[in-house]
Amino acid sequence: MSAVTTTVAVAAPEVSTEVRRRRRLSPGRRLPAARLVGPVLLLALWAAASAAGRLDPAAVPAPWTVVRTGAHLWTAGTLPTDILTSLGRAASGFAIGLGAGVLLALAAGLSRTGEALIDGTVNLNRAIPTLGLIPLFILWLGIGESFKVAIIAIVVYIPIYLNTHAALAGIDHRYVELAEVQGLSRFAFVRQIVIPGALPGFFVGLRLGVTGSWLGLVVLEQINATSGLGYLMFQAQNYGQSDVILVGLVVYGVFGLVSDSAARLVERRVLSWRRTLSS
Amino acid sequence: MAPHTEQLTRPAVRLRGLTRSFGGRTVLDGVDLDIPAGQFVALLGHSGSGKSTLLRAVAGLDHEVVGSGQLTAPERVSVVFQDSRLLPWRRVLDNVLLGTDGEDRGREALAEVGLAGRERAWPNELSGGEAQRAALARSLVREPELLLADEPFGALDALTRIRMHALLRELWKRHQPSVLLVTHDVDEAIVLADRVLVLEEGRIGLDLTIDRPHPRSYRDPLLGEYRERLLTALGVTEDHA
Repeated sequence: MSAVTTTVAVAAPEVSTEVRRRRRLSPGRRLPAARLVGPVLLLALWAAASAAGRLDPAAVPAPWTVVRTGAHLWTAGTLPTDILTSLGRAASGFAIGLGAGVLLALAAGLSRTGEALIDGTVNLNRAIPTLGLIPLFILWLGIGESFKVAIIAIVVYIPIYLNTHAALAGIDHRYVELAEVQGLSRFAFVRQIVIPGALPGFFVGLRLGVTGSWLGLVVLEQINATSGLGYLMFQAQNYGQSDVILVGLVVYGVFGLVSDSAARLVERRVLSWRRTLSS
Repeated sequence: MAPHTEQLTRPAVRLRGLTRSFGGRTVLDGVDLDIPAGQFVALLGHSGSGKSTLLRAVAGLDHEVVGSGQLTAPERVSVVFQDSRLLPWRRVLDNVLLGTDGEDRGREALAEVGLAGRERAWPNELSGGEAQRAALARSLVREPELLLADEPFGALDALTRIRMHALLRELWKRHQPSVLLVTHDVDEAIVLADRVLVLEEGRIGLDLTIDRPHPRSYRDPLLGEYRERLLTALGVTEDHA
């Protein structure tokens, strides 16, 4: 080491300094459990402020009050049925929206006639805020479950359609050429090239759709329902039970988190070939 | 009519008056060409001279191009593109088998191009040379009567390219397809092909048979003469001074 330095020093004294690493401009390595730090800190602040009596318990009840109310509602109240009702609505609306979004995107992406018929219509539908359709749908379908499911389905199908259709339209032309050269049938082309090629876009739409289904659910249940989580929260508002409202919000949050994680998990599994790109 | 002899003598590829134009500009202007079965032909030309257009016409890939003329090509045609064009969502073996089946043949083809053991790899994990080998395997697995290659080594580094030249020649010897190799590299054409065509102004300007044994070396002085003639036909004069 020193020998090298001396030789270099003799030959060219200016160059003999050791190579200094450049100043790093990227933020560096990620902290462990980085995504949990913020929420946990917030929870701790909330608990500390409640314990110190700095929060009005009528407006923001303490975390333990929320937990206790939640447990009470679960064992003695209607929480389990409300959750089931809400989950049922979200699930059926989501399933219909998913199917419709994918089928319409395939029809519009694979045939020019389909594109002419579908694409403009869906974009027109997108221009109308879906929640603005609520009054009309109540008139058409009544105030029961079907109108709620229909609204959720519309909220879900739009992002799924848009992203899947964009992904289909964006499939590399070189792959189409390859399919022609390899003599693929139309069916094999769709199955082996079109669908796998559009999957990344589809998953973006899927995750937006999942979020959308919860959003639609909240709105529908708070204004036009006689059961479900939103209804529970709406009632609590009338009686000034902020702890019940918070329980409802926590449940919504858990729903959102779990469903998004599930969508991401499926995405990672299905698109495992992509991992090699980022690693 | 004697169908058998007819088949023996009939060229694998036959073009008569092939014309193609893009936006009013005539790129191919009545090309006549016969490629006998099993011949290794290289097609040279400036960029924009229409060599890719010709190859795409023979491959049947020019859907919306205006053109006329007669064109016959064999039933089983494979194409190797400049990019390997492997589908990133299929493993290497599944890429090789795209459009056909027969896992064993796929494995054999991969072994032939020196990729045995990489069957389960994802295309992203291959180097440029390996990806192009996989593309060669994909074209071979169909036992083509005609192999069309559109600058297949253009994106590879010089060392890899030399190795791929040897591989292509070896594969050709074993499977004996007719080959139409489009390239802009005069040396590549001379080292690989038995016949070199130069495309100029939409026609075959020079049709040169290269009568030298294989494997050929870039340093073979006799190849230098062919090289000279081809460069002149391409309008390039070498300044040796």
